[in-house]
Amino acid sequence: MLTRLIQSEPVYLFLRSPAAILAAFVAILVIGGAVLAPLLAQSDPYDLSSFSLMDGLQPPVWQGGDPRFLLGTDDQGRDMVSAILYGARLSLMIGLMSMVIASVLGVGLGLAAGYFGGRFDAIVMRIADVQLALPAILTALLIDGISRGVLPPEVHQDLRVAVLTLAIALSLWVNFARTARASVFVERNKDYVQAAMIMGQHPLRVMLRHILPNIMGPLLVIMTVDLASAILLEATLSFLGIGLPADSPSLGTLIRIGMQFLLSGEWWILWVPTLFLVALVVSINVLGDFLRDVFNPRLR
Amino acid sequence: MLRVENLTVQFPGRFGVFTAIEEVTLTVAAGEIHGLVGESGAGKSTIGAAVIGLLQPPGVVAGGTMTLGETDLRALDPVQAHQMRGKRISMIFQDPQTSLNPLMTIEDQLIETIQAHEDIGTAGARARAVALLEEIGIAGAAKRIKAYPHQFSGGMRQRVVIALALCTNPELIIADEPTTALDVAVQSQVLDLIRRLADTRGIGFLLITHDIGVIAQITDTVTVLRGGRVMETGPTGKVLRSPEHPYTQALMAAVPPLDHKLDRFLVPHDDRPVLSAPEGRSAADAEAWLTAGAQILGEGLRLQDVSVRFSGTRTSLFQRPDAFTALDRVSMTVRPGSVMGLVGESGSGKSTIAKVITGLVQPSAGALYLGDTDLPPARTRGRRDPSRRLIQMVFQDPFSSLNSRHRIGEILTEPLWLYRLETDATKRRDIAAAMLDLVGLSADAIDRFPHQFSGGQRQRIAVARSLLARPRVLICDEPTSALDVSIQAQVLNLLKDLQARFGLTILFISHNLAVVRQMSDDVTVLKDGKVIESEESEMFFTHPQAAYSRELLSLTPGFPKTSPQLG
Amino acid sequence: MAFFVLKRLVQSVFVMIAVAFLAFSLFRFVGDPVSQMTGVETSEQDRERLREDLGLNDAFVVQFLRFTGDMLQGDFGYSYRTRQPVAEMIGSRIPATLELGTVALLISLVVGVPAGVYTALRPRGFVSQTILMTTLVGVSIPTFVIGIMLIFLFGVQLGWLPTFGRGGTVEIGGWTSSLFTVEGWRALILPALTLGVYQLTLTMRLVRAEMMEVMRSDYIRFATARGIPYRSLYFRHALSNTMVPVITIIGLQFGGVIAFSIVTESVFQWPGLGLLFLDSIRFVDIPVMGVYLVVIAFFFVLVNMAVDLLYVAIDPRLRVREAA
Repeated sequence: MLTRLIQSEPVYLFLRSPAAILAAFVAILVIGGAVLAPLLAQSDPYDLSSFSLMDGLQPPVWQGGDPRFLLGTDDQGRDMVSAILYGARLSLMIGLMSMVIASVLGVGLGLAAGYFGGRFDAIVMRIADVQLALPAILTALLIDGISRGVLPPEVHQDLRVAVLTLAIALSLWVNFARTARASVFVERNKDYVQAAMIMGQHPLRVMLRHILPNIMGPLLVIMTVDLASAILLEATLSFLGIGLPADSPSLGTLIRIGMQFLLSGEWWILWVPTLFLVALVVSINVLGDFLRDVFNPRLR
Repeated sequence: MLRVENLTVQFPGRFGVFTAIEEVTLTVAAGEIHGLVGESGAGKSTIGAAVIGLLQPPGVVAGGTMTLGETDLRALDPVQAHQMRGKRISMIFQDPQTSLNPLMTIEDQLIETIQAHEDIGTAGARARAVALLEEIGIAGAAKRIKAYPHQFSGGMRQRVVIALALCTNPELIIADEPTTALDVAVQSQVLDLIRRLADTRGIGFLLITHDIGVIAQITDTVTVLRGGRVMETGPTGKVLRSPEHPYTQALMAAVPPLDHKLDRFLVPHDDRPVLSAPEGRSAADAEAWLTAGAQILGEGLRLQDVSVRFSGTRTSLFQRPDAFTALDRVSMTVRPGSVMGLVGESGSGKSTIAKVITGLVQPSAGALYLGDTDLPPARTRGRRDPSRRLIQMVFQDPFSSLNSRHRIGEILTEPLWLYRLETDATKRRDIAAAMLDLVGLSADAIDRFPHQFSGGQRQRIAVARSLLARPRVLICDEPTSALDVSIQAQVLNLLKDLQARFGLTILFISHNLAVVRQMSDDVTVLKDGKVIESEESEMFFTHPQAAYSRELLSLTPGFPKTSPQLG
Repeated sequence: MAFFVLKRLVQSVFVMIAVAFLAFSLFRFVGDPVSQMTGVETSEQDRERLREDLGLNDAFVVQFLRFTGDMLQGDFGYSYRTRQPVAEMIGSRIPATLELGTVALLISLVVGVPAGVYTALRPRGFVSQTILMTTLVGVSIPTFVIGIMLIFLFGVQLGWLPTFGRGGTVEIGGWTSSLFTVEGWRALILPALTLGVYQLTLTMRLVRAEMMEVMRSDYIRFATARGIPYRSLYFRHALSNTMVPVITIIGLQFGGVIAFSIVTESVFQWPGLGLLFLDSIRFVDIPVMGVYLVVIAFFFVLVNMAVDLLYVAIDPRLRVREAA
């Protein structure tokens, strides 16, 4: 099985694509850093006692800063390295969770809509139409706004991460649903599906066991691209002040904080998290692009 | 006029260099129709593409010469080569539907082509275009020329395509499977048109096809290609009637004759593995399991006044959509243990009958019977209804009828556990392996994936899968239409053998009358959803009653009446 | 054809009703309008009376109908935050966002379509590969980062362009435009670029993918076999067929432009609808939120209808019925 994987087409193409290799390398660095943040970071930026104002506004090491803080500190005295590692962790976590929720919901509905057709399909598509009229950011903002209005402030604070995840997931599911549905329409007329239906197999089995494995290609591409979108969305929301707050910052929040120092010379507070975020998203997108080319050989 | 000598075309790729064509030599004179025949992958289309200079990258001409009259085709630079296209050599493709730009009128496309090669005004070009369309059989050309491609039917579209290739008066036209996508009647007309053009205008044709019947009908000379190499070449009559090369002989032997019925196709090469199957997993075991004591397996199948109506799609607010009648009071009786051939052109309703019987489509009227019991129509047929097991189907396309993500073992054992025929997993595998042996494949296929097998082998697997449900009735919907002639012969032999051994009832659906004659005991002819004629097979082929049946038989591109002699 | 148009019209109306319903539900269920409008000291009686006056005790359907009726007449209620009529607030902001969005869309089309065509026709060239890499990066950089970078480069380091606000505006019959002054344009460039970059990369990739697909089609092969000059092949045959599906997507992109304008307006403090919406989220100003929804959906639906009509005009397969 492993030899099959190594000799397979995607791996072959991967090893011949310098862009993909570079992207994978960067992605592993960033994601690895995010996952291992508790081990790598020297301090926990969420723990208010771990930093002090006295250490604030230190420039990076090569500009004469305190050697304890490689990339300097922000105005609160938080170590930038720790901040971006934990920030990336949070961004990644939210991005991943929302992508998973969106994909399960979207693919499930898309599969069913494509398979059963008729009324069910019409309903799902109408809902998708309405949602499409309201772009992702809008939906996410709306849901946040609604939860803010519905939940008492303290509850809203605690549930911040959950609300954000839900908001992002709900803005992304349509993509999955439409792709899954379109693929199902194509596969449904193929003989192996007809054979399964004739044999009298249960619809759930036909959908999950027969059709789903055959449409994984485009779905995988969308999962990668949407992961990047989810991370971007979270960053944007946090930047706008609607997402994660300053005491448990994601990369977007850090950028928001850093913006205050755009004109005053403490450039690292802004650009360090920015570069880290861009590196993360670009590498995921490059990989997604690579996957898209793998599954659609005609575009190469 | 066209001289190809020792042409070699290669495709460098991931695993090395693939030689598509090797040392091919052929000539086409003015007014000659030269057929290029071979099975899929033989390289026929590659030769055409090489001559006109449109090889798909990374293909390159690695050796040999091509000359058209005085011009060395290989020596042309890209600009000259492109100018020559259309002016001296033209090419037409298989599918008329996709060959025409959907956004431009026929008129614009014709005028554009003419003006691309000649200095002529628009009015002059239009006049020429209209005259040309009339000549090739499109009536009222002056008006119809302003239409868009999608407004023409398939046969008419192919004529437009031919007009586009002709309008620049080329010396040579390369026709790549020009009639494969068309109905029998239309096919015949287009072939006659090509013959007429060669005779009256002195155009040379390189006719590429896999259909030997087409070759027999209009070509003057033929070149037989296999694996990129020329096997035999010569005047058509001679090559088809007394082939010299063993491959050509085998090919001719595999072609189902229209004029008589063989017991079995004589196929010199067999897929059968030399090793004998292990204990418990051999063909004999499969046979024993399949029959499980019963003598004759087949049950009868009966349709009574079955009609199927589809509601049309709404295209206008004010008119109700026309209902489309796919089947109109069709009655048909298939005797138990016999093979019923169901023939008709595309759109006649053959596949709809298959879908009604297997429960994919709900009939709007009529009754179905399996043996003595009612066969519930689609909507009322539960998933656990016994008919689900008793009626099995073999599909046309071997590449989509097996789930490419499942291993063969899983595909084969699925009916066994679905119908609770065998509860023990190991035993299921044994029976599946035995069935593989029965259809002529080795047991180690069980762990492989469908894409690792050829089309013919996949069809065998499909047959094995259907047998593993212990069916009474087998519906074969164009089971060999997508296969090469020699593979087709093998698969048909397999079906014949199975039917003889187990006495299955088979509904054999095909548009190919010659194949149907080889397989069937009875024949039913369908046209536009109605039964035109239904009777015993040999009676039908020797003395067809209905005018439509006679027309179909006469239009089938086929052999002269004598059968080929084998050496 | 008329039927096709009618069908789309019905679909659009459905979408609008659904969105209106959504907006209405917002009003009804999120927060309490009465407590928003009154202070802590207001008596229960007064609250009750206010409720009656606002019609909050009527049946759901009645309220919904009243809501839609009001909207159709242009009465959008009052903002919780500023007590101004929402219609005025929105109306005063529309020109800013529309101008920004249109310029951004224009940038994305004018640059994106030719770039897409070029990279499709010369996929292996160095220029193409560079363009593709750049756009890939462009798609991955969040809009706000692009905005920040532009501000930093042109506003802070070079000091060429202003970094916030609209610059000089001109009133033309109720529409405040910044397109007619040099100051206005200088203020518009950076935000329009920011907004346009993302759309540009999307357009370019789409055009490229479609064009490559078209170049592989049979009719292009056949036209090549007929010796049609290459320029005609690319631009008359291929491009026209490419644009047909591209046009639909461009319609959808308009929605994206409106959405991302929220972010861009935030970064540049551009006084448009987006900024208004953002404020309304922060202050849970339900009326503004709801109306914004409806207005956006309306624009979106309008653009899509226009695109559909364009589609019908271009593709003869939709205009004329198929033959037998």
